[in-house]
This record gives sequence, structure tokens and C-alpha cells, in this order.
Amino acid sequence: MKDLIFKILTNKQIAKNTYEMVLMGDCTDIKCGQFVNIKLDGFYLRRPISVCCVEGNELTLIYKVVGGGTEAMAKMERDTELLVLTGLGNGYDTGLSGEKPLLIGGGAGVPPMYQLARELTKEGKSVSVILGFNSKDEVFYEEEFKKLGANVIVATADGSYGVKGFVTDAFNMVDYTYFYTCGPEPMLKAVYNNTATSGQFSFEERMGCGFGACMGCSCKTKYGNKRICKDGPVLQKEEIIW
Amino acid sequence: MVSLKTELCGIELDNPLIPASGTFGFGYEFNEIYDINCLGSFSFKGTTLNPRFGNPTPRIAECERGMINSVGLQNPGVDKVISEELPKLKKCFHKPVMANVSGFSIEEYVETVKKLDKEDIIGWFEINISCPNVHGGGMSFGVSPENAGAVTKAVKAVTSKPVIIKLSPNVTDIVAIAKACEENGADGISLINTLLGMKIDLKRRRPVVANKMGGFSGPAIKPVAVRMVYQVYEAVSIPIVGGGGVSTAEDVIEMMLAGASAVEIGAANLVDPMACPKIIEDLPRVMEKYGIKNLKDIIGGAH
Ligand SMILES: Cc1cc2nc3c(=O)[nH]c(=O)nc-3n(C[C@H](O)[C@H](O)[C@H](O)COP(=O)(O)OP(=O)(O)OC[C@H]3O[C@@H](n4cnc5c(N)ncnc54)[C@H](O)[C@@H]3O)c2cc1C
Ligand SMILES: Cc1cc2nc3c(=O)[nH]c(=O)nc-3n(C[C@H](O)[C@H](O)[C@H](O)COP(=O)(O)O)c2cc1C
Ligand code: FES
Repeated sequence: MKDLIFKILTNKQIAKNTYEMVLMGDCTDIKCGQFVNIKLDGFYLRRPISVCCVEGNELTLIYKVVGGGTEAMAKMERDTELLVLTGLGNGYDTGLSGEKPLLIGGGAGVPPMYQLARELTKEGKSVSVILGFNSKDEVFYEEEFKKLGANVIVATADGSYGVKGFVTDAFNMVDYTYFYTCGPEPMLKAVYNNTATSGQFSFEERMGCGFGACMGCSCKTKYGNKRICKDGPVLQKEEIIW
Repeated sequence: MVSLKTELCGIELDNPLIPASGTFGFGYEFNEIYDINCLGSFSFKGTTLNPRFGNPTPRIAECERGMINSVGLQNPGVDKVISEELPKLKKCFHKPVMANVSGFSIEEYVETVKKLDKEDIIGWFEINISCPNVHGGGMSFGVSPENAGAVTKAVKAVTSKPVIIKLSPNVTDIVAIAKACEENGADGISLINTLLGMKIDLKRRRPVVANKMGGFSGPAIKPVAVRMVYQVYEAVSIPIVGGGGVSTAEDVIEMMLAGASAVEIGAANLVDPMACPKIIEDLPRVMEKYGIKNLKDIIGGAH
């Protein structure tokens, strides 16, 4: 864990209510599947956002505007400095993926799938990605995933783009050895109930600190109580209690 | 050269800063980013006789200049605190630590304190009396002078370490409660704990935290805390640990002027894990600005 100043390189809208922010700073502590916690002027608590891409000293975040904090982020200009707590959470374990991992991201849960896809394709795995959105105007990063050489399927709930329906409606189109997923809780639950293999789930919870000190984000697992921010956000399928 | 040294119930502190219970775990998370031996001491997570998961989530709500928490005293229970947490704490912290103890009956406070009393690293007990009394219709021990006094007396009987009673601000007469603790043998008073609060989500039209209500803390509560420390200082002669909304070196000085011998920092640690070392580093500059040589000299200076 490190508390560091990052500088905004770019901050632009990439889909409906969705923004991509590229930050420059010391990324040595940042791992795939982890998150950062961002201090924003005028807001008491920090905002947790997943690591979408990390390359050299550039960190990419993708965030959806849902309230005051993310609204303020969307208005930030190039060169603005942000205080960012990095290296938070356990991250994904790529070692368990097998040869044909499936990555399932829904809405604001898509971003962490990108860094994971980069690492798995680099390891020579045959990666399939299912991205779920509400409608066509919310779709982002389809091309970026394709450029990595992944087999990409997009599903929209209203059928305005790609497969009509939820991510689970695309499961019969892929062959996989293991899965990784992040998205809204109803989606995670559907993934849990409709997958044949083992896998890893990334969870969200309201956080006080983001680094394990306050017990604000606890959940019960089959292996005891865990803090989403420190012992998670990634949990193994086998330990989850719904 | 200025001196940050102070004293709490006969134990010298290098500086008055004490991270508050529930915002600092058992210390080792923070030791990842700074050497926590720079602190005066810290108060570890509220410990109960039995393990507790606490309240359902969401447990946290952001507010203007503060936050609400309804963690519900999640902790592994006193036996695991002794066998698992304290050994890890001792590896990184080498000063007397404050043991924060909670209970839901007088017997529970007594049993927990008895077990912890054998631990050398514990310098003080901080007894959190904001918890509901299961034998008292769920009313908190901290709201009546009789109950606050009874807990104090029972705990004092089973330990020779200093006993500091941590008061709830959710009362009509804080002075009466502080006096009852002093009369029953308390060695110190700590205040304030969180104020009962609520935050409603306009979209869902429901309270944000699952428990509906929770403890409000952060800079917004500081004026209430300063007022209560000031009032209690006038009424008792035992030392006071002052806290509530403290986030800067100026806040530390304000608390001490109100009457605090040591100062607790709570929510500030959560939003800025470096809050305490930053304050310690800043204190000499602010002391010089206000012409303070020894921090100890200003305790109660506003009276
Ligand atoms: C580990 C983790 C990773 C995340 N990664 C991303 C990401 O990559 N992209 C993205 O768009 N969003 C992500 N989120 C959700 C993001 O944190 C919230 O959308 C954001 O905090 C909302 O802030 P706000 O001020 O706009 O909303 P408000 O509703 O005004 O926020 C009020 C308070 O509630 C908290 N809050 C609100 N929604 C959430 C939520 N879903 N999860 C946790 N806290 C919340 C805020 O942090 C703040 O403290 C992640 C959440 C977690 C816990
Ligand atoms: C997340 C959280 C957990 C807390 N847990 C405890 C606890 O276990 N025992 C206790 O006596 N006080 C607990 N408190 C209260 C703090 O120790 C402190 O008294 C209070 O938050 C006021 O200080 P602050 O405004 O600096 O946060 C908790 C506070 C927070 C924010
Ligand atoms: S948010 Fe504080 S412990 Fe997880």
C-alpha cells in the first residue's frame, strides 16, 4: 500500500456516463484485480476504483458517473493532481486459469477484466471475454479486448447490440476451463449459478478505509469473515456464501 | 526546541496522539506504511468476550465532513485477540497500548478485562460504555450515571492497570456521567464516542446503512467534542483523553486547551492513513506559531 500523487494525462468520455482516466505516477505497487482509493476535494471518503490497465508509470481507470464524486472526477482537467492510495486488495490469481479462461464483465465491472485479459493473453492463454451492458450506448472497450487477440462477445440487455440478453445468455457460445468475473451483484449470482467450472469473483462494498482497518466492508465466507478491501475484492467461487 | 511529551494516568507519552479504537485495527495494517512507534499510543479494536461479526452491510455512509459507521463491534473475541492479534501487534509496536473493551453486560466487561489484564503490552483499559446493556432493555450503559458507575466499579475491581471510561455523547448530561465514573474509581475519562446519526439515499429512499442508524464521526462533530471535553474538565480531576473530529495539529491543540491530556484520532486515519504522522510532524510548527513550548503546559488552558 502506498499513498501517492498521480497526475491526470487524459480524462475523456468513452460511452454513456462512462469515462476513461489515464494517470501518471509510481505504479510499482499495482497488481491486476486490485483497486485504488482516490481522495477528491470536498468529499470526506475516498472513491474506490478498479485497476483497468497498468503499463510503466501509466494507470488507466474507467469509471461510471453515479453520484457527486464520480461527477466531480468527470470534470477534472489534464495535469490535475490526485492523491491515490495504491496496491489495495488481493487481486486475481492468473495461475488457476487453465488454457481457456473466460472473463465475464458487466458494466462498471468490465474495467478490471482488461488488465486481466492483457496478462492472460501475454501468458499465451486462449482468452474469451463476455461483456454485458444495458444497451448499445453503454458499450466500451470491445475493440481494446479484440486487439489483445481475445474472443470477444458483447451482450446487451435490450438487444440493441450483440447478443440480446445477459452475460449468461452467451455462455453456450464459449468453451472455457476457468472463469473470472466482476459486475453488479445480481450478475455475479447468475454467473455463480450458471458456470460449470471454478472461478474468481470480484466484489464491491461500501468502504470506510479500503485497507483493512475499519471493518466497514466485511462479508461472511465459508472460510470465515473476510474484508472485501483487504482479503478481497477477489473471492474464490468455493468460498462464497450468497 | 518544543516538547510534545504528555502523561496519561502515570504513563508518559512521547506525544499526545492516540489513534482511536475501531479506526486502527490492531496497528499492523498501518505499520505497512509508517513506523507506528511514532505514536503516543493507540487504542485497539473494541474487543468483546465472544467473537462478533457485527452488523449487516452496507455499514458505511459518507456525510458532509464526516461518516457514519455501523460496524457493530466486529472482532474475533478476546481469546483470539490474545492468541492471534496481540502477538502481531507486539511485533510492530513497542509502547504501552490501550485496550478498548466493550460488553453487553457487566459480567462480560469483567471477564474480558480479566483475560486481557495479564498482557504486559497493555498500558490502559479504555472501557467503551456506548454498548447496549442486554439486561437493561437494550439501553446503553453510557446513558445513566448509575450504570456507568457500576461498570467502572466492577472493572476496577479486577485490574490494577489504569481504567479509562469512554463516554457516549448521546446523553443529556455528560458531566453527571463523568462524575459517576470518577466517584467509582475511574482513572481517566475518554470522550467522545460517535454521535448517533442517519443518512438517507434519495434514489432508494432508504437509509444508506443496513442498520439504518450508525455512529457519526469526523470533523463535523468536533465542536460537540470540544464542548464536552471542556465541561468534563471543569467537573472532574482525573485526566481526559479528548477526541472527535480531530484531523490537524491545530485540532490537537484545541482539544488540549479544552482539557485533554491526550488526543484520539479516529476517522481521519481512514481517509488519510498518514494522518497521525503528518500531525506529529506538523505540531512543532503550530506550537511555535501559538507560542507553546511544552504541550503539557496547555492542558485545560482555555479555562
Ligand atoms: C473495489 C471496488 C472497485 C470499484 N471499481 C470501479 C470501477 O472500476 N469503475 C466504476 O465505475 N466504479 C467502480 N466501483 C464503484 C465506485 O467506487 C462507486 O461508483 C463510486 O464510489 C461512487 O462515488 P460517487 O460519489 O459518484 O457516488 P455516491 O453514491 O454519491 O457516493 C456516496 C458514497 O457511497 C460510496 N459508493 C457509492 N456506490 C458505491 C459502490 N458501487 N461501491 C462502493 N462504494 C460506493 C462512495 O464511495 C461514497 O463513499 C468500485 C467499487 C469498489 C468497492
Ligand atoms: C469505523 C469505526 C469503528 C469504531 N469502532 C469503535 C470501537 O470498537 N470502540 C470504540 O470505543 N469506539 C469506536 N469508534 C469510535 C472512535 O474510536 C472515535 O471515538 C469516534 O469515531 C470519534 O472520533 P473521530 O471523529 O476522530 O472519528 C469507531 C469509529 C469508527 C469510525
Ligand atoms: S473498508 Fe475498512 S476494512 Fe475494508
